[in-house]
Amino acid sequence: MTGDQTYRRADGGAIDRSRPLSFQFDGRRYRGYQGDTLAAALLANGVRLVGRSFKYHRPRGILSAGPEEPNALVELRGGARREPNSRATVAELFDGLEARSQNRFPSLSFDVLALNGLLAPLFAAGFYYKTFMWPAAFWEKLYEPLIRRAAGLGRASGLPDPDRYEKATAFCDLLVIGAGPAGLAAALVAGRSGLRVILAEQDFALGGRLLSDRRWIDGRPAIDWVAGVVDELGTMTDVRVLTRTSVIGAYDSGTYAAVERVADHLAEPPPFQPRQRLWRIVARRSVLAAGAIERPLVFGDNDRPGVMLAGAVRGYLNRFAVRPGARAVVFANNDEGARTVADLAAAGVAVAALVDPRPEAAAETRRIVEAAGARLLRGAQVVRARGGTRLTAVELAGVAPGSGIDPVIPCDLLAMSGGWNPTVQLTSHHGGKPVWDATIAGFVPGTVPPGMVVVGAAAGHFILADDLAQGAQAGAAAAQALGVTAAPVPGFSADPETAAILPLWRVPGARGKSFIDFQNDVAVSDVALAEREGFRAVEHLKRYTTLGMATDQGKTANVNGLAVMAELTARSISETGTTTARPPFTPTALGALAGHHRGPDFRPTRLTPGHDWAAEQGARFIEAGAWMRAQAFPQAGDADLQATIDREVLAVRQAVGLCDVTTLGKIDLQGPDVAEFLDRIYINGWKTLAVGRVRYGVMLREDGFVQDDGTTARLGPDHYLMTTTTANAGSVFRHLEFCHQVLWPDLDLRFISVTEQWAQYALAGPRARDVLAGIVDPGFDLDNAAFPHLAATETRVCDGVPARLFRISFSGELAYEIAVPARYGDALARRLMRQGADHGITPYGLEALNILRLEKGHVAGAELNGQTTARDLGFERMMSTRKDYIGRVMARRPALLAPDRPCLVGLRPVAATATLSGGAHLIARGAVANAAADQGHVTSVGASATLGHWIGLGLLANGRARWGEIVRAVDPLRGQDTEVEIVSPLFYDPEGKRLHA
Amino acid sequence: MSGDCFSIFTLLRQAWTGQGGLKPMWREPEPKSAYDAVIVGGGGHGLATAYYLAKEHGMSNIAVLEKGWIGSGNVGRNTTIVRSNYLLPGNIPFYEHSLKLWEGLEQEINYNAMVSQRGVINLFHSDAQRDDHVRRGNAMRLHGVDAVLLDREGVRQRAPFLDFDHARFPIHGGLLQPRGGTVRHDAVAWGYARAADRRGVDIVQNCAVTGIRVEAGRVIGVETSRGLIRAPRVGLACAGNSSRVAAMAGLRLPIESHVLTAFVSEALKPLINTVITFGAGHFYISQSDKGGLVFGASIDGYNSYAQRGNLPTIEDSCEEAMALIPALGRLRLLRHWSGIMDMSMDGSPIIDRTPIAGLYLNAGWCIGGFKATPASGWCFAHLIARDTPHPVAAAYRLDRFATGHLLDEAGTGADVTMH
Repeated sequence: MTGDQTYRRADGGAIDRSRPLSFQFDGRRYRGYQGDTLAAALLANGVRLVGRSFKYHRPRGILSAGPEEPNALVELRGGARREPNSRATVAELFDGLEARSQNRFPSLSFDVLALNGLLAPLFAAGFYYKTFMWPAAFWEKLYEPLIRRAAGLGRASGLPDPDRYEKATAFCDLLVIGAGPAGLAAALVAGRSGLRVILAEQDFALGGRLLSDRRWIDGRPAIDWVAGVVDELGTMTDVRVLTRTSVIGAYDSGTYAAVERVADHLAEPPPFQPRQRLWRIVARRSVLAAGAIERPLVFGDNDRPGVMLAGAVRGYLNRFAVRPGARAVVFANNDEGARTVADLAAAGVAVAALVDPRPEAAAETRRIVEAAGARLLRGAQVVRARGGTRLTAVELAGVAPGSGIDPVIPCDLLAMSGGWNPTVQLTSHHGGKPVWDATIAGFVPGTVPPGMVVVGAAAGHFILADDLAQGAQAGAAAAQALGVTAAPVPGFSADPETAAILPLWRVPGARGKSFIDFQNDVAVSDVALAEREGFRAVEHLKRYTTLGMATDQGKTANVNGLAVMAELTARSISETGTTTARPPFTPTALGALAGHHRGPDFRPTRLTPGHDWAAEQGARFIEAGAWMRAQAFPQAGDADLQATIDREVLAVRQAVGLCDVTTLGKIDLQGPDVAEFLDRIYINGWKTLAVGRVRYGVMLREDGFVQDDGTTARLGPDHYLMTTTTANAGSVFRHLEFCHQVLWPDLDLRFISVTEQWAQYALAGPRARDVLAGIVDPGFDLDNAAFPHLAATETRVCDGVPARLFRISFSGELAYEIAVPARYGDALARRLMRQGADHGITPYGLEALNILRLEKGHVAGAELNGQTTARDLGFERMMSTRKDYIGRVMARRPALLAPDRPCLVGLRPVAATATLSGGAHLIARGAVANAAADQGHVTSVGASATLGHWIGLGLLANGRARWGEIVRAVDPLRGQDTEVEIVSPLFYDPEGKRLHA
Repeated sequence: MSGDCFSIFTLLRQAWTGQGGLKPMWREPEPKSAYDAVIVGGGGHGLATAYYLAKEHGMSNIAVLEKGWIGSGNVGRNTTIVRSNYLLPGNIPFYEHSLKLWEGLEQEINYNAMVSQRGVINLFHSDAQRDDHVRRGNAMRLHGVDAVLLDREGVRQRAPFLDFDHARFPIHGGLLQPRGGTVRHDAVAWGYARAADRRGVDIVQNCAVTGIRVEAGRVIGVETSRGLIRAPRVGLACAGNSSRVAAMAGLRLPIESHVLTAFVSEALKPLINTVITFGAGHFYISQSDKGGLVFGASIDGYNSYAQRGNLPTIEDSCEEAMALIPALGRLRLLRHWSGIMDMSMDGSPIIDRTPIAGLYLNAGWCIGGFKATPASGWCFAHLIARDTPHPVAAAYRLDRFATGHLLDEAGTGADVTMH
């Protein structure tokens, strides 16, 4: 029966028969047309069995024609583009499309895990919680791997997604969600009123249900009316229509997220196009016109392929020109039944019966059924669907005995309608609880997000003419609310209809399993079990049975499930309540939410002005926060990285080195109160700092622990320049902003980060002055007396380039830092290299920088770890007692003053050749290495070329009193246990003579 | 008391008889007018506390009062990760105690919470971060806790789908705790509730505490939507609502309430067989037994009681997901949801007495309370029963912010957005 579109109608529908498309399902080739969904094309080719259910692996077909589809999930595309769990009902057909069924082994028609179905009595809701416990060790080794393999649905490719995604932000007066009749009318009037409108429609065509039902508006076919509206909207420059765009979430402040499937209807995105685009839409008002989703009826084996929602059946008949079956029965508890019978008959599908549990039928219904040659079975119900991989017959109850009607009706299509659930999910994203409306037997919006109006079927109104009027009025109301004169609200007429319903939550006397949540295989018996076991709250019901937790998020299941629970607990549906809908409304590709922020573009990459110069020097770069910094500059003769580092260190100690220190935070502060401000920020005093001088400072967090250290220079009477560590540049600036704006707005100063405005280099080593002399103005006196250690000035270098010159040293050598405007950064580095060539100038990277500072016992990130106090790090004497400063009081808390706190020490291995490792813990000699003996840890280590052995810094309990003691650096992770001597952290030139040279 | 003991035999019998013999997992009792102790909050911590009070301390005339349905808070909304890979000596023994309780939980409460020790890997992306992780791993080992240092290849072996080729922040290695893993979160609440119920504890749902009655510096009971309930001991285990409930007793807590969002993808066949955390951001991911990828990241960063997050954080979280695992691009987010976190000022919890005699506080779990559930219950029960802290929770004092005995694992200070 899988011929070439055997089930396609000869004419009609919104498909383009002039554009045939070829596609594959499970390796078999089929044909469809442009305008088809995969589901429509499969149905056209007579394919009924499409998937397997989650737990029992029951054969499943196509239930719906929209995003609510629980059954027809397939793996779409192949290779790295494989998309598991794709709903065939919304997948647009394209030429060459490949789809495979999923969650079956070895094949769709013969699935060995269907055995689970036989064990269904054991695999009831909550089964897992009660078993797999014996013996205890078997869970992870045996049971869980089996369960994990059996569970899940489709397979991820496991390969990097080759497509691009992007994000866009849009602002509008009115966001209209859904382009069915109400949404189109709203957009039309709002657009005519001159509002900036965004109309978002998840489908690739506008019209909503009008595409699927044979309706009339203003005396012409509804699809013609749609075409007219679409044309008019197209002429409005302030109206943006986004098709293939699902609004997935309503967030705070009128922000909505929407995903536009830019290229999902193509085999691959065209060049320079993303696959999908995330829209962040900020809307002053919104109209939710998202329609409604039809409910299945709950009877025995209601999951057989061929059992479909009546509205979907009409959609396949009318929009896609597909007959979903050859012989149909219609089962409905509302007036949609007759409409479905009429459409089936019009399409040439034999209709055996309309089964309607309601005792009475309208005359119009009787007329339609009679005209279709079908039987009208009032007061009857379908109790069971027969068949395996496709429907063969339905069994009825309530057929009068002796009426001559066989209670088993052969058919291959059952169109069912249990009524409609308004699509209220977006209204709940701000916590609003939908309200039960007995007249429609459905939940309608309760409290909605600010600025939102709900219209049409989404608001529980199922009469077309009313929906159009409501939409139009909402468009006008939005204009008025925004102070714009609204365009006139047109009147609409539509063909007459009724929407009466008699709730039927489960068919009594059903035989077989009556499914509520198809995908997760939750049946009435599971809800009953949950009730018996006390899981009566709707959220308990959901979590215990997994009702509503499948990929469809219960769009077809939730209301039936909670209604059954209400019946079982003899409560009303209102009392029972409903679960909370969460974003996204429809499952959304993670790639779209990430946009282009992946791979190298995950976060911005910051490069210093001297980056290219460093690269030319052979630098190896390494991530330092967002920056890329030179780790080292390997040269051909270096044996390994350590040799490079040693060479660079020795060059600084013996000649001169050049290091790019641009990444250190620079904050320019100006104003008469800067000194007072700094006094309050830093632990040490700043009022005595003279113009042209630099001072080292330490600042605390409010909780009394060290935040950061660095130097601040006074460049003029009211002009200071602060440097921070690279890592804390952002947090220190934020801290200063907080202190100024919130704590002391009265202080008269301004400051700004100038990290990126200035390139800065350290020139360090005994020959530094000789090199520098070549670039400063001839008159500039670099002499020790004229420009001593901790001097600073604004000057010019390289014949007129404005510069800031600081005599500061991280290495402990005679050293300067030279800052020039960023655009001169590259040139300055090159000039200094030329200038220093005769002096043996050597560029050095982060590794050498680290060794140099270790040799001098300077603290850095591993010591400034947010857990250390100024006392811990040996800054106690800097803590002024003559002024107040941030963190002063909290630093006096007893635990921060405890004498046995770990404090900064130097470490040298007892064995000259031993290495040290960062992160090792310090344990007394002879003690068992355990937590009780833990006295501290090794913070930073390195091989000192200057000293010829490894050195380290550490934090050791009462460490300052323990110089000369030998302890162990224990590193169980790496299996190391090394004896180390506790020494002064000042390994090299403890008197500091070299920096005054 | 209700419910049968589950065994393979009872299960088969139930299967045979259409599950007709099963009884409610817990009763739905009317609250009594007085108890020996009352726990406010029917989440994981409150239910575990009740269970251990009954089991370990023989206090069965007690009640758990829950304003909604049990397990409706953070125990039902988390990323299900359990681990004890902490740094500080005040934390490691507590979380290790918790992990040990997890390991025996199913046999203890006769309920399968699917404790799955599939390992937790904390990735590091720089030498400095490696040293930090090594420091922590060594602290764990010195406490007798399992920890393994993985190099880049070791990580690749366990998680080949991570971005090893084009990462902005390359993976240098990871710290693995093999005994860490995941637990079916809802089942923890239900299992403890059922086990507590079987020991006579009254679990009272839909009973909101509206006041805390104090006389002469002693708590004497709580006012509820279902009347006054007297109790000489009242334990608060209210997570994100801790500040609001404590305020009923005039207490101001060193806690801010923040919103945290968690995420789950559609169900997939097994892809991620462990728990992975991203070190170049704040992101953690695992795969549930049902097949969904469960992940989370940072709090939104503003104080809120609204159980919803916003797009900037949601996008940021998904960016981290894609940066870590580029294969996630075509997989779909099914749902994100948000809970309210009781963020303490040092990132560690409080299990302590309060200035009001008989009123006990269990709060400040930040974004990591789930893994603590068993030990939190164990230690809170000990505190309530004996009025003295349990040794492994002795550091969780309320006055530590005054004394400075902080438990600031990450060294971020009183900045809750960094915890």
